[in-house]
Amino acid sequence: MSNLYQKRKLTNLVGLTLSMTAMAIGLVALFWILFVLFSNGLSALQPSLFLNDTPAPGSEGGGLRNAIVGSLMIVGLSVLVSTPIGILAGIYLTEYGDSSKTAEITRFVTDIMLSAPSIVLGLFVYSVAVSTVGHFSGYAGSMALSLIAIPVVMRTTENILRLVPGSLREAAFSLGAPRWKVSIMVTLRAAKSGVITGLLLAVARISGETAPLLFTALNNQFFSTNMNAPMSNLPVEIFQFAMSPYENWIQLAWGGALIIALAVLLLNIIARVVFREKVKV
Amino acid sequence: MSVGLCLMITPMTVRMIDNWPMTSTHTTSAHPDAAVDNAAHIANMRSVAKKQRLQDAVFHRLTQSFSLLVLIALAGIIVALFYNALPTFTKFGIHFLWYVEWDIVNEEFGAAISIVGTVLSAGIAMLIAMPLAFGIAVFLTETCPVWLRRPLGTAIELLAAVPSIIYGMFGLFVFAPVYADHMQVPLQTLLGGMPLIGWLFGGAITGLGILAAGIILSFMVLPFVAAVMRDVFEITPAILRESAYGLGCTTWEVVRKVVLPYTQVGVIGGIMLGLGRALGETMAVTFVIGNANRLPNSLFSPGTSIASVLANEFGEAGGLHFNTLFAMGFLLFCITFVVLSVAKWLINRTEKAKGN
Repeated sequence: MSNLYQKRKLTNLVGLTLSMTAMAIGLVALFWILFVLFSNGLSALQPSLFLNDTPAPGSEGGGLRNAIVGSLMIVGLSVLVSTPIGILAGIYLTEYGDSSKTAEITRFVTDIMLSAPSIVLGLFVYSVAVSTVGHFSGYAGSMALSLIAIPVVMRTTENILRLVPGSLREAAFSLGAPRWKVSIMVTLRAAKSGVITGLLLAVARISGETAPLLFTALNNQFFSTNMNAPMSNLPVEIFQFAMSPYENWIQLAWGGALIIALAVLLLNIIARVVFREKVKV
Repeated sequence: MSVGLCLMITPMTVRMIDNWPMTSTHTTSAHPDAAVDNAAHIANMRSVAKKQRLQDAVFHRLTQSFSLLVLIALAGIIVALFYNALPTFTKFGIHFLWYVEWDIVNEEFGAAISIVGTVLSAGIAMLIAMPLAFGIAVFLTETCPVWLRRPLGTAIELLAAVPSIIYGMFGLFVFAPVYADHMQVPLQTLLGGMPLIGWLFGGAITGLGILAAGIILSFMVLPFVAAVMRDVFEITPAILRESAYGLGCTTWEVVRKVVLPYTQVGVIGGIMLGLGRALGETMAVTFVIGNANRLPNSLFSPGTSIASVLANEFGEAGGLHFNTLFAMGFLLFCITFVVLSVAKWLINRTEKAKGN
């Protein structure tokens, strides 16, 4: 009898130790990646990184100024576009659509678009916004990134708005407020920090995306603020530099990777730690 | 909170009634001015109400059109991809799916090489990620001290937040040498000579290849599967677990015999979610899969996946090559759409069981 008990205890111990090992492996992977990023990228974090433009093949030095500015512009435009669309769509799903068939299908499709391969979205935007006008552009890149950001904002907005108690809405309705005022000035205001969290997460998500920008904004060796032409951006520059044989290019790629990783991780930590009561992740 | 609401509403309501447009305090109903004021007031109220109805209608249609944007985008993607892929499909037909060929010059294309590479790397990624995610979920729900749960959960979710290009750089510059020296060499010397499985570990030791891509992909997919598993483990009713503990079960037995069977639908949904992500991943795979347009004949040989062939060749494609790349994109989208739909449906079923 105790032999069976010993065996069960042993199985338990082995199982729980293995699960702790799995957790440790996950943490080791995370810290290994961060360590590698910092150790390789820190040496590239000099003022020249932010002051010089990308160097030509074979030439020395250089920086990532045009890539950083380009990324800021493309991501900025995308956030500007996807914020109102995503929030208003989320309001529709919560307030008006609730359990109608259209809303169910929309939620389903939104969740699938969240995990859809981003390179396919890049292909789509290419066929719609690049081949039609005949040239690559920063606008097409922003459009592709918006297609990724809008489902994220929609989902998080809807989840947050559901948490707002119905009594708040009903109180506003009882005062005679029209429905749009209730949605925007009462419900959205109550869920403000949760919605901001969703926006931060969406920004973090799209700042690191490379594949959609590959065929839409392409890349630009020079400094340019013209959104209607190929635009330099950080992820595609990193892709190009990392696969190259030049030493300074690879070094710049690590620096760029560190910048992106810092931005993304910072946004994520701010969103998850500072706003943690307002969102269920 | 409702007390606060009442305290807020009452003075507001009072103020509204106080501001009721009345011209003088001692106006009787028989007074002619009062009747005119009343009518004007009612007309004013009616116009305000009509204005608000209009505003509400506009708002309703505006938000509805925005939320339909996602559906329109999905339809647009399918149509645009299919339209641009049509020349390839008409030339090769259904035969395209298993044709092993990638000849750009003679315009002979087949999707088999890329599909094999995609499926193999994603499959290896899932084989590695499934037990790891299960272990992490078990740890986070059962053995972890409560104060440690949130930080560790956040740490695992940060793995998901790291952009894929960083995984690619990590894989190419750091992981590949370590993997070549400490994993490929021992594997080949140990198992390379074995009769049945030896061929799996043959080939050149480059640090890249299908297995390398699978390992890097598994760390990208791990947080998603772990998060879904942890969520479904947490919604197991406490009474089921408590009664198992009450019967004298060990923690591991509770997980294996009570929690896992109860949540198996959700667990499978989480696995399929991870699979859907792994199939579509571009940058990390492009860096480490070796990018060779031939069928892999061992785990160490380079291959190519649909996403990596798109990333590498789209920039300079023309003619039928261009259409073929769109055909590959269409295939990839269809595959991931199906996998993710099944995953979503399975996870939804678990949520419904919770009574959500």
